[in-house]
Amino acid sequence: MVTWTLVFEQLLNGVQFGVLLFLLAAGLTLIFGIMDLMNLAHGSLYMLGAYIAATVTHWTDSFLIGLVAALPATLVIGIVVEVLVLRALYRRGHLDQVLATFGLILFFNESVRLIWGPAGIQVPLPDFLNGSVDLFGVPYPMYRVTVIVAGLAVAGFLYWLVVKTRLGMLIRAGASNREMVAALGIDIKLVFTLVFGLGAALAGLAGALVGPIRSVGIGMGENVLILTLVVIVIGGIGSIRGAFVGALLIGVIEILGRAFLSTLFELVLPSNAAETAGPAVASMLIYILMAGVLFFRPQGLFPARTG
Amino acid sequence: MRKAAICMVSALALLAAPQAFAAKAEKVKIGFVTTLSGGPGVIGKDMRQSVEIALDHLGGKMAGVPVEVIFEDDQVKPEVGKQKTEKLVHKDKVDFVSGFIWSHVVLAARKTVVDAGKFLIISNAGTSQIAGRLCHENIFSTAWQNDQVPMAMGEVLNKRGVKSLYVVAPNYAAGRDMVNGLSRTFKGKIAGKDMTKWPDQTDFSAELAKARAAKPDGVFIFYPGAHTNAFIRQYSQAGMTRTPLYSVFSIDSLSLPRLQEANTTAVLGTYNTQFWSPDMDTETSRKFVADYKKKFKSYPSHYGAQSYDSIMLIASAVEAAGGDLSKMDAMRDRMRKADFPSVRGKFTYGNNQFPIQDFFLREVVKDADGNWTTKIVQKIYEKHQDPFAEKCKMKKTW
Repeated sequence: MVTWTLVFEQLLNGVQFGVLLFLLAAGLTLIFGIMDLMNLAHGSLYMLGAYIAATVTHWTDSFLIGLVAALPATLVIGIVVEVLVLRALYRRGHLDQVLATFGLILFFNESVRLIWGPAGIQVPLPDFLNGSVDLFGVPYPMYRVTVIVAGLAVAGFLYWLVVKTRLGMLIRAGASNREMVAALGIDIKLVFTLVFGLGAALAGLAGALVGPIRSVGIGMGENVLILTLVVIVIGGIGSIRGAFVGALLIGVIEILGRAFLSTLFELVLPSNAAETAGPAVASMLIYILMAGVLFFRPQGLFPARTG
Repeated sequence: MRKAAICMVSALALLAAPQAFAAKAEKVKIGFVTTLSGGPGVIGKDMRQSVEIALDHLGGKMAGVPVEVIFEDDQVKPEVGKQKTEKLVHKDKVDFVSGFIWSHVVLAARKTVVDAGKFLIISNAGTSQIAGRLCHENIFSTAWQNDQVPMAMGEVLNKRGVKSLYVVAPNYAAGRDMVNGLSRTFKGKIAGKDMTKWPDQTDFSAELAKARAAKPDGVFIFYPGAHTNAFIRQYSQAGMTRTPLYSVFSIDSLSLPRLQEANTTAVLGTYNTQFWSPDMDTETSRKFVADYKKKFKSYPSHYGAQSYDSIMLIASAVEAAGGDLSKMDAMRDRMRKADFPSVRGKFTYGNNQFPIQDFFLREVVKDADGNWTTKIVQKIYEKHQDPFAEKCKMKKTW
């Protein structure tokens, strides 16, 4: 039985998933667009954010402190990685960058195993976030509402940062023409470092937020990285607005596909076939969307203006 | 003349002596394939620690022969598992290959062991093929066949009057086996079924919303490893805790400490089925659990208990052959009798050399120290044989 409240609830689930993807995609799209760097290790920063938030939460017995601590920690890790490793790679081709950042994934995964062990960590939630709230007659998990609100707040902050501030101006300028920005006497290296740090902190925040929903474990970054790449391809590389729209689109399509596709198929197929075809097609939907976007609008839905 | 004769006899004795000694092996070599890396490395660690306890109990010797166990990591990949098995059989020249968590890995490695004429003692993977048409005289299991545990759960649900059930499981071989096993015995209606993407999917919001809308009498899950924790947390966050949760192979001594860490109280009082529980009242199990807890400060899981049994089964075989590892028939005959101290107490082997054993309903409870564990509530199956035994061509002659 498909009711409107169920559809509404699934839409909320989609938005919540999309908001998390946005946090990851915003950083990755900036790094891609401005620095022209293929960074596969973005998912590792997400994992580190989750682990750090979980550890601090256990030390201090406060999830909020854990969440807040993950931000500066991943920012610093991001900056260190940029300065030590990635700087040497800007002049290299994308293939070298892929190889090097894949190496970083292995490095971070093994480091996490050494420090935290293979078992993963669970993050306890404070009671006020643990229950569910009534949203228009739908009992919805309080924590997921919090994630949606936090994600939208970050989106608002990024909009302000990129559109209204001097740093944002430099970021936009860097995205459309790097050489020109450097020629005007701007320290583009510093901008790169800041952008990478910001991207890392956003990924860390996503990881910290996801900890109490899913489990914190080694390799959690790799799965989500693929979806994030799909988001920025659909949204247009280098575009925050594109990342936002792309992330919400992917989130909603993924959830609605999982929720209703097999029911939909049952209208036309025998129930056994629908049961198998439903999940299979649902997991393909976003890739079909990506292929469509690449075919009709290869630059993405909201491409960053390049000169 | 007489002197010459004595010389001859002593020479003969000398010549014969090395052969007499050679009969007894210098070392019993056991290859143990499990998963030591990644998230599922937790399972491998538990198995390895349980093997250590078994060796402690044996004093490191079988029939007076020192034992060496070589552990290998299969990385949950069939091709890696096969490669490691080949290394164990051909390079290390082990006498027994044991371990194996995953059905698809043991299916890939099976032929290597059998072709080399070695014994394969499966410690976990309850593959239906190996219990059925791929059964072999040199393959033994100290676990169960996959279907048996969800079949027992189906009986529980019938007894508890569950009329409609919502099923959520991962979409891969074992996930489908579990759902099929459940359907063999569950008589109520399946109100809805979601097969989720494995192992990528750790968000179950869409499935949980559907499950709540279907208003079932209960929810059945199968999620091995870290996915259990994610599922149960989201289950409780979604306010589903009033709908009873039934599970197989999901809630065990490995996931419970993690769930307790996050204070996921929703898991307390939930039911699952299994052949064993840390509170099992057999002499061997009590000793195993006590020594494991003393050494490693946590409860062993069923993976560990099965691994302990694998080593004890091998020990009984080596004893029967008096340490002469070339006496394959003597070792096989002994193992078929299941005459060793097992954590499950006395049991017998079926014609497919899988255990015919009891299955229990377990409830998640707090122990005397406040740690979360499982407790046996009642016996569901007595001397239960898996449904694939009849597809095995071997005849029971023991």
